[in-house]
Amino acid sequence: MSTSDVDLPVPGTVVPPAPAPIPPPPSGPAASPSVLGEAVKDAVVSGILTGLLLLPLVGFRATEAGSGPLILTTRFGLVAVLAGLVAVLRLTLHLTLWRPGRTAKVSAAPSPLARLAQKAGPALKPAFFSFALAYPFLSILLAGGLSESRYWVDLGIYILTYVMLGWGLNIVVGLAGLLDLGYVAFYAVGAYTFALLSTSVPVGDFVNGHLGEGFWTAWSFWICLPLSGLLAAFWGVILGFPVLRLRGDYLAIVTLAFGEIIRLVLINWVSLTNGGAGISSIPPISFFGMPFTSSETGFAATFGLDFDSMHRIIFLYFVILGLAALTALVTIRLRKMPVGRAWEALREDEIACRSLGINTTLTKLTAFATGAMFGGFAGAFFAVRVRFVSPESFTFMESAVILAIVVLGGMGSQMGVAAAAILLIGGMEMLRNLSFLKADFLFGPDFDPSLYRMLIFGFAMVAVMVWRPRGLVSSRMPTIFLKERKAVSAALVKEGHG
Amino acid sequence: MAMPSPEAARPSPPRDPILVVDHLSMRFGGLIAVNDVSFHAARGEVTAVIGPNGAGKTTVFNCITGFYKPTTGRLALFHGAAPSAARLDAVTAAGLSWGRTGTGALYLLERLADHKVASWARVARTFQNIRLFSGMTVLENLLVAQHMSLTSSGLLSPAALLNLPSWKRQQQAAVDKALYWLHKIGLVARSDDPAGDLPYGDQRRLEIARAMCTSPVLLCLDEPAAGLNPRESAALNELLLSIRHEHQTSILLIEHDMSVVMEISDHVVVLEYGCKIADGTPEEVRNDPRVIASYLGVEEDETAVVAAEVGA
Repeated sequence: MSTSDVDLPVPGTVVPPAPAPIPPPPSGPAASPSVLGEAVKDAVVSGILTGLLLLPLVGFRATEAGSGPLILTTRFGLVAVLAGLVAVLRLTLHLTLWRPGRTAKVSAAPSPLARLAQKAGPALKPAFFSFALAYPFLSILLAGGLSESRYWVDLGIYILTYVMLGWGLNIVVGLAGLLDLGYVAFYAVGAYTFALLSTSVPVGDFVNGHLGEGFWTAWSFWICLPLSGLLAAFWGVILGFPVLRLRGDYLAIVTLAFGEIIRLVLINWVSLTNGGAGISSIPPISFFGMPFTSSETGFAATFGLDFDSMHRIIFLYFVILGLAALTALVTIRLRKMPVGRAWEALREDEIACRSLGINTTLTKLTAFATGAMFGGFAGAFFAVRVRFVSPESFTFMESAVILAIVVLGGMGSQMGVAAAAILLIGGMEMLRNLSFLKADFLFGPDFDPSLYRMLIFGFAMVAVMVWRPRGLVSSRMPTIFLKERKAVSAALVKEGHG
Repeated sequence: MAMPSPEAARPSPPRDPILVVDHLSMRFGGLIAVNDVSFHAARGEVTAVIGPNGAGKTTVFNCITGFYKPTTGRLALFHGAAPSAARLDAVTAAGLSWGRTGTGALYLLERLADHKVASWARVARTFQNIRLFSGMTVLENLLVAQHMSLTSSGLLSPAALLNLPSWKRQQQAAVDKALYWLHKIGLVARSDDPAGDLPYGDQRRLEIARAMCTSPVLLCLDEPAAGLNPRESAALNELLLSIRHEHQTSILLIEHDMSVVMEISDHVVVLEYGCKIADGTPEEVRNDPRVIASYLGVEEDETAVVAAEVGA
């Protein structure tokens, strides 16, 4: 099946009989009576192929017996079971979904999911935001205590960080159509900007000398946050300049290299960044100057609360919620401004943009800089949350996950990206907690489900991309309308060529 | 390559020109796509460039609109009355890309980047294969075209970022202008539909409207009637004539459809194998023996020459 753009019917739904079946082309092999025969033949062949393939991979196993030699054990039964599974699966598929002459359901009406989304659409964003606001209190209630909710609030912070990163990268990839594989570089720039400035003795002495003892520790995050964004935006422009001429795959590779360069500089510039050992003892976040300590001037004492270390965590949650909301609001606003329309026009057709007098160089640079700025904000937040940064946190894997969130969510769609971040990050986290699989009747106590996290993650990605090739929310919402705001179908929206 | 014809060598008398093309040549490696072509387009008129396929028409257009940098030649565009030849030569010799003149400015298009040809010199164009922003709505297409006027106060103007009243007024003016053009091309009812959903003829007209939204002084249309049926062609003629009469926009046009060319052009330039072979009113061009030869075939004694050129 190469017709990925045709709606595949979901197994289980009733396909109404086509009123006037289109006769198959005369040259086609379809409509022959030997559908079953063909299917069986294919099933047997694929079963044998699977068996041959799995024989060396699964069939033989070398185990070490104590300190002695390796012992070769065979598992032919398992190979047979797997090959049989593949054969049965292909047979079923041939007789159902892949049956020749079967007309794919082409419905003019939107799918039930799309209808549901349309109905719930207007209420979705406020509902999502209200839930995000209430989430820490809900988790305190449900977990049954302030300190018991720590895991859930931490998870919320973790997910929101990726929502924000996804929204930031969405500006570059989703709106401007520039494939950026090195987004983590700006995250790193933001994190290191805050980490270096807040732990720098000369800077601290200078500021404290002018504004009083302890000022820098209390306020460093709030002062460094905009600086981190600005510096990341600056590096976005630095990256932007050399890659402006590149498109598509070439752009992706250079941005990938840029991400690695930043990481390698962080590792090797030991005198500044302390190399792979990282920077520790970063001052914690303060409630606008009020530390989260049990002291007299601390947050708890000032507001008449009992001191609890969770106050800081919950405040962190609201900080990242605010930062993510800022990202979303600025993006929504920018999309309605000439610069945002120019980004989308650039994704649609760069040559037409130039013929209309749009400076594509400047437009691409603003997209890189704006996306990088939000990455920098998120980086500063990461540093103040973990209070330790090292190059290990900014590997290519991070870029890949953020890009996966954007692609899975549907390029350009904010709700889609948020949903994808919850699905991917929350889902991967949930996979850590599959301890019930260790039950004796399932896989036994030796089984470690977290080892299979990435495998399941990969399968889930493939499945979603087969089901919705343009992401969870694939349609584009116009930025302005005269009478009616109609979603633009994904078939018309271009993905950009870099 | 063919020698420049006597017509090409003869200097055309400039009647208030808006665009003067001087000795334009464009080489791609060993291929000479445009060979020493000179012509002018008069202000407020429709100038058509015609010729057989591969004659270099679109290359001339790409040079004028800044998408190609010509190998040699000068492309001068005037806002306001044409300056004296001395003034033009002084700007050229000084290595400038533009200069002020008594009533406006002159631009040397071959020295401007493509987006500046559109934003400074205000030359708009359409494309042979339509290039709309297909995933954006019809209205959005027309608003993107007004990027330059909307960003006059900066790409990230605070008024726009905070949605202040001054910005709303500016935006409303842009929407009004878009609506004017939508009325003109009869697409108001489809303003909220994606441009890629429109039928072919509507897409052609929308592309012209989008180009007009940049408020150009010179509109370059690359085969606007290609693929249109006779009724749509007639509507196109009307649209182009109204642009010419009501908007002080001069038009430069590449076209194969002779009904469009003969009906609306004031001046026709004929290219063949990169050289200009005729230049004059539609009537003159229609009766030019070289044009007839190039369109209907050539006399026997010329066949060898043509064959050599085609082979080369």
